[in-house]
Amino acid sequence: MAERSFKAEVEHLRLGAGETFTGEGILAITKALLESGVGYVGGYQGAPISHLMDVLADAQDLLAEIGVRFEANASEAAATAMLAASVHYPIRGAVTYKGPVGVNVASDALANLASSGVNGGALIVLGEDYGEGSSIMQERSHAFAMKSQFWLLDPRPNLPSIVRAVKQGFELSEASSTPVMLMVRIRSCHVTGQFETADNIPPPLTVRDALAEPRKDFRRVVLPPMSYAHEQDKIENRWPAAEAFIAKQALNERFGPQQGKVGIVLQGGMYNGVIRALQRLGLADLYGKTDVPLHVLNVTYPLVQTEVLDFARGKDALLVVEEGQPEFIEQSIGSMLFRERVQTRLMGKDVLPMAGEYTGQVLHEGMTAFLRETAPDLLPGQVRAPNRDAPKIPDLSTTIPVRPPGFCTGCPERPIFAALKIVQRELGEHQITGDIGCHLFASLPPFEIGGSTMGYGLGPASNSAFDAGGDRRAISIIGDGGFWHNGLASSIGNMVFNRADSVAVIVDNYYSAATGGQDVPSSRASNPTRATNNPIGAAVRGVGVKWVREIDRTYDVPRMCEVFREALTTDYDGPKVIIASSECMLNRQRREKPLRQEAVNAGRRVVVPRFGVDEDICTGDHACIRLSGCPSLSLKKLDDPLRDDPVAHIDQTCVGCGNCGEVAEAAVLCPSFYRADIVHNPTGFEHWRAGLAARLIRWLQRRRARQSLSFGGAE
Amino acid sequence: MTVQQPIPAEVAKPSPDGVIKVAIMAVGGQGGGVLTRWIEALARAQGYACQATSVAGVAQRTGATIYYVEMARTGSAQPVFALAPSSGDVDILIASELMEAGRAIARGFVTPDRTTLIASSHRNLAISEKCAPGDGTADATEVRAAAEVAAARFICFDMEELAVESGSVISATLFGALAASGCLPFDKGAFEDAIRSGKRGVESSLRAFDAGFHACLKGVQASSEPERPPSSPGASGPVRLLDRWESLTRRAADLPEPARPIAFAGLRKVVDFMDADYGEEYLDRLAPFAISGSLGGNELTKVAAKYIANAMAYDDVIRVADLKTRAARNGRIAAEIATGPQQILHLTEYMHPRAEEIVGLLPARMGARFAASPRAMARIDRWFAKGRRLRSDRLGPFLLLYALGGLKWYRRRTRRHAVEQAHLDGWLSRAARFADADPALATEILCCGRLIKGYSETYARGLSKFDKVLGMVDRVADRTDAASCARRLREAALLDEEGEALNDAVRAIEAL
Repeated sequence: MAERSFKAEVEHLRLGAGETFTGEGILAITKALLESGVGYVGGYQGAPISHLMDVLADAQDLLAEIGVRFEANASEAAATAMLAASVHYPIRGAVTYKGPVGVNVASDALANLASSGVNGGALIVLGEDYGEGSSIMQERSHAFAMKSQFWLLDPRPNLPSIVRAVKQGFELSEASSTPVMLMVRIRSCHVTGQFETADNIPPPLTVRDALAEPRKDFRRVVLPPMSYAHEQDKIENRWPAAEAFIAKQALNERFGPQQGKVGIVLQGGMYNGVIRALQRLGLADLYGKTDVPLHVLNVTYPLVQTEVLDFARGKDALLVVEEGQPEFIEQSIGSMLFRERVQTRLMGKDVLPMAGEYTGQVLHEGMTAFLRETAPDLLPGQVRAPNRDAPKIPDLSTTIPVRPPGFCTGCPERPIFAALKIVQRELGEHQITGDIGCHLFASLPPFEIGGSTMGYGLGPASNSAFDAGGDRRAISIIGDGGFWHNGLASSIGNMVFNRADSVAVIVDNYYSAATGGQDVPSSRASNPTRATNNPIGAAVRGVGVKWVREIDRTYDVPRMCEVFREALTTDYDGPKVIIASSECMLNRQRREKPLRQEAVNAGRRVVVPRFGVDEDICTGDHACIRLSGCPSLSLKKLDDPLRDDPVAHIDQTCVGCGNCGEVAEAAVLCPSFYRADIVHNPTGFEHWRAGLAARLIRWLQRRRARQSLSFGGAE
Repeated sequence: MTVQQPIPAEVAKPSPDGVIKVAIMAVGGQGGGVLTRWIEALARAQGYACQATSVAGVAQRTGATIYYVEMARTGSAQPVFALAPSSGDVDILIASELMEAGRAIARGFVTPDRTTLIASSHRNLAISEKCAPGDGTADATEVRAAAEVAAARFICFDMEELAVESGSVISATLFGALAASGCLPFDKGAFEDAIRSGKRGVESSLRAFDAGFHACLKGVQASSEPERPPSSPGASGPVRLLDRWESLTRRAADLPEPARPIAFAGLRKVVDFMDADYGEEYLDRLAPFAISGSLGGNELTKVAAKYIANAMAYDDVIRVADLKTRAARNGRIAAEIATGPQQILHLTEYMHPRAEEIVGLLPARMGARFAASPRAMARIDRWFAKGRRLRSDRLGPFLLLYALGGLKWYRRRTRRHAVEQAHLDGWLSRAARFADADPALATEILCCGRLIKGYSETYARGLSKFDKVLGMVDRVADRTDAASCARRLREAALLDEEGEALNDAVRAIEAL
């Protein structure tokens, strides 16, 4: 069950010709796929494109109705490999994943696919995770298109443009026998808007029907001598065909006056930001009518040379707005101008930053600098000669605390790392590697566990230099998502084969949790369309691990500590695998809360746990927080002149996971924590017993208060 | 203290380009997405073209995140909206927490020419603020001061509290404040319709919306900590003891005036901890530091009153058991965790006594013998030390704690008491040595009492930091800057758990 349900929204995917769709980018993309007669879809989740997978999963009924196959692929490589169906069959296929890390994983399949070339349109919808809100290294997927020769679309970030790009992407793919990648940036995936819909088109040939008449073409196989022919074909046929199609169908767009002293060449995805900067300079209106000529590259690879030169000729200067580095487009345009001896001045990364997101501020400053240099007469007087100082606003940069992501309230991974921190205090610091997933938050305060992440499912593999063992065993962390994506073979299999004397901890939270709670093969829920409940333990033993410890309640901190101690000190010198399983609390709450409320309303007995801190027992040392970091465990200033430091406090968002109490006990912290179980609809006997105990307790309390001095409403 | 001005019924003034730009700074999981969807639904229903963007992904897991909405009156064509806020180009900035408002200011999203800043004054502490062994919370007054300068209008009150009171979440109160601010050209009914269109939790959201709306209109007091008169509860108990208390307070009234409130609080604490005799001991210990008139003397008395009381009321098993069995505690829990008539509350205490605590309860000489023998301690640990969970709402476990809590009469004979008294006397005599010659240094020595807190290992770590600081102070005591050295050391000791900052400070002072 995914974190966000699109069950209601997917109904909009049934809209027909002439109706208006209102909603998010990812839904618009899905609708466009259906309107394009796609035959199969798939992908692998990852921000910012996770929700596209959720939409597809929630739309399975509709997809099945019109004969579209949906596959939740095991990885980006698997998703790309699925596009092999379009190599021989005239069936359109689309897959989605994030970039550039997803493209890294997919690159093997992608290179083969691009070499073979396609018959049916093959489209990769790529969520480019770059800039603010990104969770990965900052690189560009653009380079992959250049090295493998497939085409890259980067449409203007509004729903009609994105929808059009999907359709044109399939056509371009078919016209040039080349896979096409449609890139959408972080904020475009969830940008909302409207567009006019068309009817959904069932695929002319379904994948099911295709099986009745299998096809193959030896010339598409990537083997010599065909691989040499593929390269020639790319250059001699596919590329020119693509350029011709792009020019003929006007995939790239021109805005603004025909003539102008200067012009701007921009990636389609930069369009809104560029227009906003022009609006702020008084050079464009609300609707994007601009005084500066724009050449918008909705196709960023390949560049159509004739279009670029045509735009450049007669202009004094061109600004290339190209986010990220290296500046492939600018280099390429520079080379075109030089070879054709066009004297237009080329600017780009000299006024705009080489690295980092092109935010509104960056574009505003860069474009102002460009115009000031090349066409100062266009700029409003206020910009040319500002006549008042900006107001002085106090510098808060040292005051504001950074707020990195962390484990959610009640996260089952917290006690795992609390236990590891406790055990490291006894046995010393160990060499620890992390992996991709929520568990990587352990590398941040308060745990600061794990010092590297080398890729999805590669946690244990990235410790393999230390496989021979030593004074203290190396430990690696891997999540269930990473385990099934790549980890079983690359990490665990590798440990077995190399007789690794190290420890791997598989954090199993029943979902691909970091990406929004999608199911994985070991998920515990029953999923009507996927095979779940395939235990990680069986897989690990299956590849030959002998020492396996499975913990099915991570909140049991003493047990977690004990297993870590054993793994780190045992005489056994082969690979040691700990599988720590408990359900992702975010998903668990989402599942249980409505049921619990229903039960309470129906008068059934329900126990809801919560934790609390005795504020007069807490001394304000915050040791518990350094072993937790739970959002619901915070601080409170007491109204007591004798106390300097705020005490721990648990707010009403506590879900009663038990980590606080367990950690306080296991690390022998303090007796301040208590668990309060609220029993809804208790039985009559419970009521009677509780009432009796409460009366006796009150009597005892009064008795003591009468006999001694007490202050401040002790009674 | 910011008191928000009542808001004049003013017509919203869109930015020069006709686009209204709204940025929402939230902490992941606070409902920023819901608020965004409401604003969007509202704008569309009122005939505006509207675009919203958000960032999905791991940044949402408790991290800082931005939602962004632009809207403009529908015209001849579709407007071109930006996907993210630009500095200097935001009309309305909504911050779901005070430091996020600060972050917005730091990023330039709040400018005096046009930005209305709507911020909740409550704090959602970041992990770096919570981790420090001392008080690591960021300075809210700085943010408020900056907001006064940076924002064209600053609307700030505790919207979280209002939301919780209404059984809802902060997005609804923020939406209410937005409606009342008059920044958007829509009437209240339109806002409420937007909430209704959301379908989920409509009733509680509307309640919280209304609370936010009215609080904003009234211009409620913006403080997150309502001002309370300092608590000075009177004593109650048998007449004989009340007389003793009277005489104690008379004695305390002789102290220099500025130190009196703290001394009274300290007196209450130690008498509550043990008995009236202990209160006499407290005042005896305080006497050498009660020098009125001298420069820095008042500060010294205040500090002494505070840290002597804290040290005398050490955290032993008896105190913990006593506090856990008091009626006041039940009251506090009931206030925090409201239960209805159809609910009962079970309480489970998490205890983990170690050999040290058990031996500490023994008579002093016997306890000392045990404590000197590692084998005996190990044996006691094996027998007794383990995690124990007590259901203190049940009579049996309650009686156990109650009996332990009733051992105050015996406490003076325990080993823990002997150890604490010896430590306290050593520390105080050290401070008293400088009370006349260098009161500032004496004050700093007393302030080191802040380093000793927590239980078991945390306590031991605090104690070792205390020893390290005082050891260092002994070495620099002759220097003229001894007091400032001592302060530097103490402040460093409170920065991190392992004492790395303290070690750095020690090295730095040695190098001088």
